[in-house]
Amino acid sequence: MADSPIAVEHHNPALKHHFADMEQQREASSLGMWLFLATEIMFFGGMFCAYLIYRLWYFPDFGAASNSLDITLGAVNTAVLICSSLTVVMAVRAAQLGKRQQQVIYLALTLVLGLAFLGVKAVEWTSKFKEHHIPGPTFNFEGSIPSHPDQPVDQHHAQIFFSLYFAMTGMHALHMVIGVGIFSYLLYHAWKGTYTPEYYTPLENSGLYWHFVDIVWIYLFPLLYLIDRKK
Amino acid sequence: MATAAITAERENYLNQEYGIKSWLLTVDHKRIALLYLLSITFFFFIGGFFALLIRLELLTPAGDLVQADTYNKLFSMHGQVMIFFFLIPSIPAVLGNFLVPLMIGAKDLAFPRINLLSWYLYIIAGVLMVHCMLTGGVDTGWTFYTPFSTAFSNTKVIEAGLAIFISGFSSILTGLNFVVTIHRMRAPGMTWDRLPLFIWAHYATSIIQLLGTPVVAVTLVLVVLERALHLGIFDPTRGGDPLLFQHLFWFYSHPAVYIMILPSMGVVTEIIPCFCRKRIFGYKFVALSSISIAVFGFLVWAHHMFVAGISLYAALIFSALSYLVAVPSAIKVFNWTATMYKGSITFSTPMLYAFGFVGLFTMGGLTGLFLAALGLDVHVTDTYFVVAHFHYIMVGGALMGYLGGMHFWWPKISGRMYPESLGRLAALIVFLGFNLTFFPQFILGYLGMPRRYWQYPPEFQVLNVLSTAGATVLAVGYLLPMVYFLWSMRYGKVAPDNPWGASGLEWMTTSPPPTFNFDQPPVVNWEAYDYEHIPAPQEARSGG
Ligand SMILES: [Cu+2]
Repeated sequence: MADSPIAVEHHNPALKHHFADMEQQREASSLGMWLFLATEIMFFGGMFCAYLIYRLWYFPDFGAASNSLDITLGAVNTAVLICSSLTVVMAVRAAQLGKRQQQVIYLALTLVLGLAFLGVKAVEWTSKFKEHHIPGPTFNFEGSIPSHPDQPVDQHHAQIFFSLYFAMTGMHALHMVIGVGIFSYLLYHAWKGTYTPEYYTPLENSGLYWHFVDIVWIYLFPLLYLIDRKK
Repeated sequence: MATAAITAERENYLNQEYGIKSWLLTVDHKRIALLYLLSITFFFFIGGFFALLIRLELLTPAGDLVQADTYNKLFSMHGQVMIFFFLIPSIPAVLGNFLVPLMIGAKDLAFPRINLLSWYLYIIAGVLMVHCMLTGGVDTGWTFYTPFSTAFSNTKVIEAGLAIFISGFSSILTGLNFVVTIHRMRAPGMTWDRLPLFIWAHYATSIIQLLGTPVVAVTLVLVVLERALHLGIFDPTRGGDPLLFQHLFWFYSHPAVYIMILPSMGVVTEIIPCFCRKRIFGYKFVALSSISIAVFGFLVWAHHMFVAGISLYAALIFSALSYLVAVPSAIKVFNWTATMYKGSITFSTPMLYAFGFVGLFTMGGLTGLFLAALGLDVHVTDTYFVVAHFHYIMVGGALMGYLGGMHFWWPKISGRMYPESLGRLAALIVFLGFNLTFFPQFILGYLGMPRRYWQYPPEFQVLNVLSTAGATVLAVGYLLPMVYFLWSMRYGKVAPDNPWGASGLEWMTTSPPPTFNFDQPPVVNWEAYDYEHIPAPQEARSGG
């Protein structure tokens, strides 16, 4: 293989054998990532569809169940994720400019923010667990419809809300965990100086993934926390 | 011995490296295609074994061979194995994997390691599925309908669901690889309107895999969660909606039919011009009909739910949209026929399969229109009419195309010729056996025999015996190619680079191709299916 005439063109060590040049390789990876994100949209789309239908059917119960979520923690987490998207962009920029130290700092910050998000999420889930809001045999939701305080909440409908809440935030958190893994890997390579202004595709594509997971949360926050908050 | 010496002279993808590791860690798309070929053949025989037991049970009206519960498991696992572990990967993962880079003049797929990963995911899913079958199986039908699957069935639903979930990711990764490869890796001069129609068909298939599979994946996750934790999402006694499951399931599983049939259409579109020595009639229409089938395919799913309790207006719209899919399908059939018109046709084995495909797909498609008609659908819902219809599409269509393609490209894949007269015989046996198996089922269904029962009234016996007899013939037709393909790997005539005088870049490299496909990166400056300028091979002309 190595002595074939094509080998002469191997300027960059990151260029894989089956691509003609770095440009083609970068464009292929980028398109691959966008297509992967399209499949992710369809994946979350199935749950958003289920959410939409039951929210329309059981709006009052969904409102009541939603009000039991901690809006402050949810808002803090939204801010944390938006900041982390910023640090990702800064890390990519640092790679484009060839500033290794900045790259490492921004990637480390992204990791810290990602872990902070997961920490807050863990706190929220633990309190839900203590309140018996986990769907299953022990599920119990005390409360009344926000607009009609004399009307109790339907247990089954509240349970569907929490099923969707845990399925959607759980799937989102799983993506966050995977993201943390990816960014640890990136941090290691950034520290070793793998990414240069000529080759930073992994950084850019992982950034796309991170932004996607961020955007999912930006939809989840209002849909789950802010259904019927008016006082 | 002389033949062995000739193949030994040239380095190719088969002889470049030896040893089990060189296969299990390969990133060569051609070797991965062969890994897939072995694995899907294994699952084809498992699925076929279930089918054989089903047909034996139905030989007599009484439920005598197996118990009702066993029968439920047999048809469930027959469907799951054949659909998710054979038909969906069949052409894309074997022929597509092998041919997509070759046909567009690339050295490999865009992401070779992801390609290998997709095979490993398939194997993990397969092991899980086999484990599920060996430890009790699953009896929900391939459709996993709720609330039976979530609340009542006491078989291994979770395991089967997870197996299919994982195999779905393997399918997504294959599709993703193809789309990126087709967009970014084409050789200089290989413009979109010079692409072989096999590539267009795979492009359309990949789009469905990318956009449809995640939906069934998340649906199965919800089924597993509901079964494990009793969420209530699909349980009507807890405020959930079982119809929501059906909507989500068929949103993927109707388009999944096109994942199975579009690649077959692509194969047939390569075979017909070659053995008619003519340019394909209406290239652009055939290409765009693949894309429109993929798009329309996403808009018709509720035709599986006409009697499930959807509103009449929804049913009307879905019925009309289902008729719409017939338009691009008919465009293809007419263009194939027009290509044959006044062509100089050779009745070689691949062409026989192509003929079989066109005829059987047309029958399957037309009976699909019966089922899309609201009134008639009420009469034949859940009868053998439906069973016959989708077997005409999936076995008469998809599987015929797969076999035709395997014969057409076998010389390229293996470097050897299969025995032509035996090939024609097998094609004939498959065609006759298929019709004998499934045509009686149209009549049975129309007369009212329901599907998924292990017993039936005695007046249906004659037709059921015919069907079982046909299945036996069909089994012979499937075993034959397997035997002579294996035989040809050692004893077959050494294949020339282009045995059929076919157009297409894959025929311009050696048989079998070198690891990086082409000695010189190809540059394309001719139109697709340029058969006016390609001489027909002497051997194929004289009828071999
Ligand atoms: Cu359908």
